[in-house]
Amino acid sequence: MSAMQTKDHAELAGQFNTDENRVDWHDETLWWIRQKRDKAVNQLPEWELLRETASKIKEHVLSNLSNYLEAFEANVLANGITVHWAADAKEHNEIVHQIIKKHGVNRMVKSKSMLTEECHLNEYLAKNGIEVIDSDLGERIVQLAKEPPSHIVLPCIHKKKEEIGDLFHEHLGTPAGVSDPQILTETARQHLREVFLTRKIALTGVNFAVAETGEFVVCTNEGNADMGAHLSEVHIASMGIEKIIPNREHLGVFLRLLTRSATGQPITTYSSHYKKPRSGQEMHIVIVDNGRSVQLGRKDFRNSLKCIRCGACMNTCPVYRRSGGHSYHNAISGPIGSILAPNLDMEEYADLPFASTLCGSCSNVCPVKIDIHDQLYKWRQVIVKAGYTTKAKTAGMKVMEWTLSSPGIYHAAGKAGRIVMKYAPFAVNNTLNPWYKQRDMPKPPAESFDEWYKKNRGKK
Amino acid sequence: MSSREKILSAVRANQPELTVLPNIELLKSYGNKENLLAQYTTVATNIGAKVYEVKNVGEVKMIIQNNFGAGKRIVSTIAELKDIADTKQYLSDLPGQLADVELAILKSDISVAENGATWITEEQMGQRVLPFITQHLAVIVSAKNIVATMHDAYSLIGITNPGFGAFIAGPSKTADIEQSLVIGVHGPRSMSLFLLRED
Amino acid sequence: MTVGLFIPCYIDQFYPGAAIATLQLLEKLGVTVVYPPKQTCCGQPMANSGYEHLTTGCNELFIDNFSDFDYIVSPSGSCILHIKDHLHSEGRENQAVQVRRKVYELTEFLTDVLKIEQLDAVFPHKVGLHQSCHGQRGLKISQMTELVAAPFSKPLQLLNMVKGLELIPLNRQDECCGFGGTFCVAEEAVSVKMGVDRVSDHLEHGAEYITGADMSCLMHMEGILRRQGSNVKVLHIAEILNSSAQ
Repeated sequence: MSAMQTKDHAELAGQFNTDENRVDWHDETLWWIRQKRDKAVNQLPEWELLRETASKIKEHVLSNLSNYLEAFEANVLANGITVHWAADAKEHNEIVHQIIKKHGVNRMVKSKSMLTEECHLNEYLAKNGIEVIDSDLGERIVQLAKEPPSHIVLPCIHKKKEEIGDLFHEHLGTPAGVSDPQILTETARQHLREVFLTRKIALTGVNFAVAETGEFVVCTNEGNADMGAHLSEVHIASMGIEKIIPNREHLGVFLRLLTRSATGQPITTYSSHYKKPRSGQEMHIVIVDNGRSVQLGRKDFRNSLKCIRCGACMNTCPVYRRSGGHSYHNAISGPIGSILAPNLDMEEYADLPFASTLCGSCSNVCPVKIDIHDQLYKWRQVIVKAGYTTKAKTAGMKVMEWTLSSPGIYHAAGKAGRIVMKYAPFAVNNTLNPWYKQRDMPKPPAESFDEWYKKNRGKK
Repeated sequence: MSSREKILSAVRANQPELTVLPNIELLKSYGNKENLLAQYTTVATNIGAKVYEVKNVGEVKMIIQNNFGAGKRIVSTIAELKDIADTKQYLSDLPGQLADVELAILKSDISVAENGATWITEEQMGQRVLPFITQHLAVIVSAKNIVATMHDAYSLIGITNPGFGAFIAGPSKTADIEQSLVIGVHGPRSMSLFLLRED
Repeated sequence: MTVGLFIPCYIDQFYPGAAIATLQLLEKLGVTVVYPPKQTCCGQPMANSGYEHLTTGCNELFIDNFSDFDYIVSPSGSCILHIKDHLHSEGRENQAVQVRRKVYELTEFLTDVLKIEQLDAVFPHKVGLHQSCHGQRGLKISQMTELVAAPFSKPLQLLNMVKGLELIPLNRQDECCGFGGTFCVAEEAVSVKMGVDRVSDHLEHGAEYITGADMSCLMHMEGILRRQGSNVKVLHIAEILNSSAQ
């Protein structure tokens, strides 16, 4: 996997930026969602207290995770649900496959689960002859387009309605040229209703898993998770180990934070609390590690596991808005993706922590106060120390170190640079200088401040 | 070693030193506890629900009969509505057999002013799929059971133990296509809330 | 009270006017300012690129140069934030801690330490204030729009003391300009797009000057403005606060 030459964020973002109008459209759409979030949270004077409380609850959970996982499991079992443990993505996929095989069917309906994206579940099942239909409208759209989702909450935020119209024309029979969202949505409703009514097996994600009661909550606006689950004979729920919260009353804290942060709504249309199987139904929960226990052991990065997958960091990130989720080449993109991914594969994702100006906006919209921008900085140190950098960069930095550690060399270099810029500007103002591509270089002044000071203030 | 053991021992080895679980009492004191009915009505309307203030179940019947055509399948868990709805037969249907339900009328005991949501348990649904598969959903809510925030709602839910329950806030919706809001995706196309004021 | 003046490397080399204005302004306000001649750089360019382990030389130099002052003041939010968060010394950690406690960005020094209430500055122009991220979110020199909290702005407080200055509004109060250190060349396309958007916001609202507490942001926006052939100029806030009637 690491030997493959995936393009890195800078290259992919460069491609994204060749269409400036499209970048503006993508940027303005996500900024508008950030503004809706601002409007919603400013209605709660206790917003910062909510964030602090949620942050401390999650930190506590991470410090007591083994106990909470065992308590959760005991309650889930007592509720009549089967529990499976998957150490990694492969095992998760195998477990899901076995359940499907056991029931002698070859298809399944699935609602939004970023964990299953991370595990590449759909591809695995397809290879094994199992058809998976994603029932969330945005996910169904990217599924038809054969693309991964670009945003964890708004899967096809990168797609224009005309493009969606074309997809529906090709795959669902809508007339050519139709792009009205009402018509397209109605088409999807009819198409997916047939899927819900005929699939014996449904898989959902888990937004929150309550240790105290063994219940789990699934939040949707569309009702697709519930349509799949309540019409199925087998309901499988996949969750990461970090989805645990201690008590039912804590749902109040997290449900008040989640959707306001994500879309500016006070709550999703449906916050469904699953505790026991429906009479006659079989339920399974698959608890997945896939690198989370390793991240838990990284003192500087364990707080990334507090994430409740709201996407607010993506909406606010000025880089994400202008580069698109696909430029992060990872299931989870944006700022949170950039601090989770290097833990999974440092070489593959070495570029992500650098896809940031460290502006800090993400950390301050995060409902659970993850110190995202501080972690981005720290990952940079880890990645460079691990050797995932270029010889040229290291050489350049060493020259910088040498120059800046000595006042004499620093001043001489500075003067030399200014002389070159003044008398041989072409040496700097050319296509080899990436700054110069779209910006003028600063004008070299006649003297540096140091020179001015020595001349005008001298030795008193 | 089973995966369960592998995972739990890795977690045990890597988790940090125990920190304190914060209490949420201070949070519970927040929330606008005045004019809950008005708040709820405003928010529920904003999220796409139709809100009616009624004095009794008779008024509910009248509004339903005026808005929902004859010959459509109406189902309800509320015994007093048995002359306009099926309150019994549907309970023994297979979930998929409820696909032709036009209107489901349910009851809720807890509603939340800050977000226009209402809490419905499996028992109040009769069948879990009903409030999702129906084309239109109506809920009778007691005006005096409206609380300010989710913290208050969970205080009322307490240690009750439904096998399934859901907070439902308005009709199903999506903005997945270029952020255009479309009401009625997979769940109901509309939600009507009857606020029962038994003054 | 003696203040050690720390002048960031790129201001020293390319924008000496901002440094001169800082010095003159502090002296006008009665501060004894010393400029240690052996200073170079805070080390941020290396640290932010993942090479914090190469900043020992810069750290030691900084401690050598600045330990003895009551305060250390610099016309740069990002450099001060870097020192505050990352100055360490294996042999002299106590001194490093002391230094971290006494570093101030210029505007916060003026409002919080000198507590100035009025300035003799005159600058009759339309000015856009750029909130540089490290100063704003890192040093908290002004409130950020992400939080539900009371608004405040130390740079704005000072600009309000300048006669004739007209502050223009902006569509996006505190979005990043896209400079980001080596990001400006490593992710050139996004960096420039961010800068272009920031500049457009100011241009749309009629700015004649764009100011801020960080010359790096302004340098990036100036590069874009000059490439666009615009007449709009960038000016470090020190130069505006130090200006006088012509």
